[in-house]
Amino acid sequence: MNEMERNEYPVLQIHDLSVRFRAFALEDISLDVFRGDYLALLGVSGAGKTVLLEALAGLVRPAKGRILLNGSEITRDKVQSRGIGLVYQDLSLFPHLSVWKNIAYPLKHKGLSSKQSKSRVEELAGQVEIRHLLDRYPGTLSGGEAQRVALARTLASDPQVLLLDEPLSNLDVKLKGELRGVLRKIHRSGKTMIHVTHDFMEAATLATKVAVVENGRLVQHGTPEEVFRHPRNEFVARFSGIKNLFPCKVVSYAGDEGLHEAIINDHVSIRYLGKDGHKSGYVMIPQEDIVVSEKPIESSATNRLEGVIREAYLSGSGMELVVESGVPFVVAVSRQSHENMKLQPGKRVWLNFKAAAVRFMDS
Amino acid sequence: MRSIRLTLVSSLVGVIIFGILAIPLAYVLARRKFPGKGLVNGLVDLPVVIPHSAAGIALLGVISRNTWIGQAGEAAGIPFVGGMAGIVVAMAFVSIPYLINAARDGFEAVPEKLEKAALNLGASPWRVFFTISLPLAKRHVLTGLTMMWARGLSEFGAVVIIAYHPMVTPVLIWERFASFGLAYARPAAAVFVIICLVVFVLMRLLSGKPPASRHTEG
Repeated sequence: MNEMERNEYPVLQIHDLSVRFRAFALEDISLDVFRGDYLALLGVSGAGKTVLLEALAGLVRPAKGRILLNGSEITRDKVQSRGIGLVYQDLSLFPHLSVWKNIAYPLKHKGLSSKQSKSRVEELAGQVEIRHLLDRYPGTLSGGEAQRVALARTLASDPQVLLLDEPLSNLDVKLKGELRGVLRKIHRSGKTMIHVTHDFMEAATLATKVAVVENGRLVQHGTPEEVFRHPRNEFVARFSGIKNLFPCKVVSYAGDEGLHEAIINDHVSIRYLGKDGHKSGYVMIPQEDIVVSEKPIESSATNRLEGVIREAYLSGSGMELVVESGVPFVVAVSRQSHENMKLQPGKRVWLNFKAAAVRFMDS
Repeated sequence: MRSIRLTLVSSLVGVIIFGILAIPLAYVLARRKFPGKGLVNGLVDLPVVIPHSAAGIALLGVISRNTWIGQAGEAAGIPFVGGMAGIVVAMAFVSIPYLINAARDGFEAVPEKLEKAALNLGASPWRVFFTISLPLAKRHVLTGLTMMWARGLSEFGAVVIIAYHPMVTPVLIWERFASFGLAYARPAAAVFVIICLVVFVLMRLLSGKPPASRHTEG
């Protein structure tokens, strides 16, 4: 089996899984996770993401459906023999055991000699950079340190799939950055990982695949690029941080194949390329696809709208403008353009974007 | 002194033998849901709420020479009625609720997630019990064991019904008081109180600090 074939074989297969647990219910979840995938499971709090992890780990019994690991059914297998490691959001470190003993805990079942155990603990501690903490007790660790200990402990059980429940929550920005580095390192070592989060930026910067859960259902699954650039519904779009998303009515042009007009309100309509047959839906205009000009410009852009800058603020390495043009558009510009063009609130500008840049989503 | 030794040893043997059964039962009561759990919890408390002489009579109905348990004991050379085995059973019967209740509270205080995490790390349920649940509930369990021992060795009502002889100290004190008066009963009572006091202070010290408050070591 070569590398490609291995990657194409799902390590974890979830078929029509339904789980009901206290207030949470997951319905008909189907998902394949491939070897070496870093899957971010996205959803708002209470969407049922943690319940899905617990069901995969065998801590919650599914009402129906099947879970397969490397082709073998594990739906009803015992927790301790499933080969799926879970790092809880609260970490659940054993308070009465030292960091060393916490990490060594799963090694007892591996039949290792004490020398082998010692070197494995040191290797794992080195991987997550906590060698200096091995003699400490969990009660004395900071949030970031405890998170690393929990990761090392679960890795010691050598799981086929590593499940992480909100691993970056409750950490400050600096620690988040450091821990992202640790997670990438673990992923690069070949681990298949599922990471539950409600933060789409976290998902976009770490994951190779993204699955979005809404009200207990899986609404979209794909690469971060696919999901964020082509959200399947309004929830995914808003969740993924797309700002220029407007409900609209659709007018199709009989003569011009594929060209439609999205009427957002009495003052604003936008042309886009898309399939026929829709009467209403949503249009999305990625903020980086909008060109700002001081005057109407001759270009291939079909859409030209005049508006007034209402707000201008720093965003990441550039600036974001909110331009009122019948509806508020959010536009990304560089700091240099912002200074050169004096793009200050109150200034009138033109917004230019191609029909091809506009994405339509059926409601 | 012989009586005091008999009292201490009998109650200790009761704690050891019945403690081995009571601690897992306490864990089951803390963690599992099953039909009739309320009834079991009620039965656990029964020896505390009934008069101990009545408890002794009830026990006699189970371990007297007319019952198969009593006959099996006789056959094995460990007679219950009028023997140390009977004293052990009587002491354990009236004192076991203290251990079960304390241990159950201790196990309930252990976050279930820690046990789930241990299972997820590949540990068997037995290993989870001995390495996570029991050590974290240790303080409650030790308190329960101490209380059980204390309650057992001060037992009079149930023991006097099952075994007047050999004479445990509470029975001895009562017998001296009833037959010869206060002056005769006082020395035995004083010695017994002092020995009990020393034993329990030592036990409390051995129970140690709560494990969760342990800090950096090395």
